[in-house]
Amino acid sequence: MIDDWVGHHHSRPHSPLSHVPAALKLGVAIAIIVITVLVPGTRVSWFVGASIFLALVVLISRLPLLFLLKRLALLSPFVLGVALLNALQPVAGASWWNVAVRSAICLLTVILVSNTTPFSSILRVLKFAHVPSLLVTTLALMHRYLFVLTDEAERMRRARASRTFTRQHGARWRTLATVVSQLFIRGSERAERIYDAMCARGWK
Amino acid sequence: MHIPDGFIDGKTAVTAAALAAAGVGLALRQVRKKLPPRRVPLLGLAAAFLFAAQMVNFPVAGGTSGHLVGGVLIAALLGPGAAIVVLTTVLIVQCFLFADGGVLALGANIFNMAILGAAGGYALYRLVCHWLPGPRGQVTAIVFASWCSTVVASISCAGQLAWSGTVAWPAAFAAMASVHMLIGIGEGLISALVFIAIQRVRPDLASEMNAASQPRPLKEFVRYGLLAVLGLAVFVAPFACGWPDGLDAAAAKLGFDRKALQPVVSAPAPDYRVPGFHWPAGSTAVAGAAGALVVFGLALALGRTLVPEKEANTARGSSSHD
Repeated sequence: MIDDWVGHHHSRPHSPLSHVPAALKLGVAIAIIVITVLVPGTRVSWFVGASIFLALVVLISRLPLLFLLKRLALLSPFVLGVALLNALQPVAGASWWNVAVRSAICLLTVILVSNTTPFSSILRVLKFAHVPSLLVTTLALMHRYLFVLTDEAERMRRARASRTFTRQHGARWRTLATVVSQLFIRGSERAERIYDAMCARGWK
Repeated sequence: MHIPDGFIDGKTAVTAAALAAAGVGLALRQVRKKLPPRRVPLLGLAAAFLFAAQMVNFPVAGGTSGHLVGGVLIAALLGPGAAIVVLTTVLIVQCFLFADGGVLALGANIFNMAILGAAGGYALYRLVCHWLPGPRGQVTAIVFASWCSTVVASISCAGQLAWSGTVAWPAAFAAMASVHMLIGIGEGLISALVFIAIQRVRPDLASEMNAASQPRPLKEFVRYGLLAVLGLAVFVAPFACGWPDGLDAAAAKLGFDRKALQPVVSAPAPDYRVPGFHWPAGSTAVAGAAGALVVFGLALALGRTLVPEKEANTARGSSSHD
């Protein structure tokens, strides 16, 4: 299930972009996002330029197009919602396609960065930028155990499904809540073991 | 409720980011001071847990399904400071790894979901726990606080979108608030069920984390509360009350004209207004209060049905520390 979300996180295609320093990639991405959000809607040249630049990056990155399109489709409910609300009560100055173009450029930028840069290098950049160490440690631990816990949840769900009959709605909610609570309990027990392991390796 | 980039403009993003940074800074300082080192890995694991728990789908009628968001649940288990850190971590990872929620909108998302949702919800949770001690009171508190935090976060989100000029306030408010008043009921129910299940297996887990800082100083709430109120005053109040204040002038100077936002079509949910009230903000407030009262009644009933009589009486002595 999580593979749909991460896509090529584990089998990131090797491309010239993998060698570009993470700080540079992040910096360029944030610059593109900030300018795209701030630039007035009438400046069509920026939107066209940014789109061409991103298209080039897509070509270099060798990411499958279908994957990118699938991720971009995530935006559709938001864009549809804004279009619907604007149809009910038009707002001066903002049209839904303007919002759609802006957000598509920003989203594509983030997808490109996250799929060509390992999360650990992003963390290193954050550390370099003096983000408080407690936050960076928490981020690193979350990223490390994210996939472990999602797998565990999936295993528990499958085990439940193979042992219990499908029951009424109310009972099913209780069963699912038990699965979620077990996940928290196992997670916190794991946290205790991790702390011991971290201490054994000299963490303070 | 994750706002993507491009939906809010520069001034909203910067304001929200400043509020979020202040809140997260406070939370980090408080956690570093109070959390025992043993518990540091738990923050990361709790964040991973929230992410994994959000993938467990709860069936709702008609083939749709919902999932836990868990701000108030985590706050009730770990305390408000830790909850802000955990939710911020979840939002950062969702933003950078899964492109869920914008980079520039990160501040707004953290403000809505971590500061308003978790810390604000936690304050309400403690308040209700204080009034209604015992396990049944705790369940009532979780349900009610989860519902309120979901609704308030969605209203703040609507305010941010309206302030950015992306959508008109009446439409955004009606759509966001009405949808999240329903979502909030599910959120409250799931949070309560999970909380009860954890209490049953490991009653030490929840109480230990909160006991570490038991007599919670009031000023800690005041700080988060101030931030939350400040944010709501900036994002929501100008639309809700129509104050002729300095904010209007500032907004006009920034090229943002409120006159352009007058509704062209009347609000799509006119029944949300209470008839007989001529002050629209007032009638909305009355309708909201009535909704909150109904949900509080529901939460009380849930507390009674979900916690059996026997448990309610035996556990009362040990958990009436509030």
